[in-house]
Amino acid sequence: MDGVSLHRLVIDDEARGLFRVNRRIFTEPEYLEIERRRIFETCWIYAAHESELPRPGDFVSRRVAGRPVIAIRGDDGAVRVLLNTCTHRGALVCREDRGNAKSFQCPYHAWTFSQRGELIGVPGEESYSPAFDRKELTLGQPARVDTYRGFIFINFNRDAGELTDYLAGAKEYLDLVCDQSETGMKVSQGLQAYSIRANWKLLVENSYDGYHAVSAHRRYMRFLEDTGIDIKGSMNPRQEVDLGTGAGKGSRALDLGNGHAVIEYESPWGRPIAYWAPSFGESAKGRIEAARRRLEERFGAERAWRISGTSRNLGIFPNLVVNDIMAVTIRTFFPLTPDYLEVNAWSLAPANEHPQDAALRHDNFLTFLGPGGFATPDDIEMLETCQRGFANHEVEWSDISRGMKSAHPLMSDELQMRAFWRRWNELMTGSHARGSQCAA
Amino acid sequence: MERTNDGVARTRLAVRCLSEMSESPPKVTRQEVEDFLYAEAALLDAWRLEEWLDLLTEDARYLVPPTDTRDGDPVTSLFIVADDIVRIRSRVKQLLGKSAWAEKPRSRTRRLISNVRIVENNGDSVKAAANFAVYRMRYELIDTYVGCYEYELIVRSGKLKIRERKAILDLEALRPHGKISFIL
Repeated sequence: MDGVSLHRLVIDDEARGLFRVNRRIFTEPEYLEIERRRIFETCWIYAAHESELPRPGDFVSRRVAGRPVIAIRGDDGAVRVLLNTCTHRGALVCREDRGNAKSFQCPYHAWTFSQRGELIGVPGEESYSPAFDRKELTLGQPARVDTYRGFIFINFNRDAGELTDYLAGAKEYLDLVCDQSETGMKVSQGLQAYSIRANWKLLVENSYDGYHAVSAHRRYMRFLEDTGIDIKGSMNPRQEVDLGTGAGKGSRALDLGNGHAVIEYESPWGRPIAYWAPSFGESAKGRIEAARRRLEERFGAERAWRISGTSRNLGIFPNLVVNDIMAVTIRTFFPLTPDYLEVNAWSLAPANEHPQDAALRHDNFLTFLGPGGFATPDDIEMLETCQRGFANHEVEWSDISRGMKSAHPLMSDELQMRAFWRRWNELMTGSHARGSQCAA
Repeated sequence: MERTNDGVARTRLAVRCLSEMSESPPKVTRQEVEDFLYAEAALLDAWRLEEWLDLLTEDARYLVPPTDTRDGDPVTSLFIVADDIVRIRSRVKQLLGKSAWAEKPRSRTRRLISNVRIVENNGDSVKAAANFAVYRMRYELIDTYVGCYEYELIVRSGKLKIRERKAILDLEALRPHGKISFIL
């Protein structure tokens, strides 16, 4: 990129166990321009969930990676994604957030498009020359659209690899989420639409940062204690244990490939999927234990324990977070400027969840998550104050070295962030940061 | 004319006497609801949250629906806030404690409450609505929360108490506000 240095944005000094990220990439608009092209137009980007489109004709219309798009289930049952701009002069052909439509008529000059995007109506078409061809004026579409277990992704790069290859090790973690239900998973009604006055990559780091929980979320931990949960020692475990056995308090952080990463740990909190906590009440205990037994029948004790008793914070490169914690949230975000991002977050739940369990799930979700929860507002505060701090540009680097020399990285280490940053650096610069060294 | 007015006044008095004789409680007036909401707003703006808790019943709820599903139910929709009394009390304890970082230092807030209406009046319980504009000042930024309150108030020992307090935002998204870290 003209005039923008892509040199030494990330320092990955494995020999000394040091990892640094240059703070310019959080503040300078030039980097956002490059990110738009080299990351958001080459990677698979989450757009919607199939459960949002249950019937033929159902659509959602939203901004994905900054672009207005429509995801619609056609009368043939197939899900398509259309770029929401009239091929005539540009107006949005769909201006509702969701609904059901046989076709979309642009309000500007009444051009009409089918569910597949075909131009099927042009008022006064006889005034055009013979060269005017409706087929050339189909609504635009992302180069690629694919789904994995209900998650609909789009890609603007025709030459991108297959979605399943792209997801790499993240697939297994999406499976752990989706296997919670025998009836499929469903996005609940109610979008948490908010924003953060900070760089988008800070939210990536924060979404699976196990180190900050004890300090930044102290009030949430106290709240858990007040509800009867013994959390001592559980949020900053020093030993890795085999999560499969369920023995002891343990955690691990894993690089899942292609910039995806996860932290996985025994839940300090109750989970509406088969992991009871005192705050759920005695009346819920029987139902939750029955759900646990059912999971054990389906998957065996070990996998049932992983699905129900452990939590996971999953980051799918670049901007999808699926945190399966006190409830499941799908969170996606996009930067408008280097210091401002928009977040959309939903709750994902078993499709046929018992109403009492659904109520429990929402309650549990809201204790921690979202712009009115007991934790997310403090995360937002931390990110926004980081961004303010970056004005001191003489302090050039952020340190992401934690646990770099550890043979068994934990949730409280920073391996998961390094996985993101290495991929980010590769896509931005076309080269690996590995082996780069800190200045002495 | 004088005689007619006099007659109306006498009739009203008679009705009032009748109502007192039948011992049905006097209905809560809009004036009383307004005074109550203004006093509540003053407590919240002053961060006198312990005193604010005294305005709530033992089964009170505080709700903020999501901006895309304003008529939703917290059982079927994911809200922004859906506190029962346990979580309301915890929220207050957290906000008055030392580690609610999003409110440390505290926001300044200023609430403008208007268009107060009694929607349903059953004597000892009232459903009331009011428009609000809540300004939040922090880090030299001003965020304005605009919407409508829906209250369920009951009379206990001659005083109004809040059984449900729903703040329905007109905002299409919490942008650029980002969060609701104080009591809206």
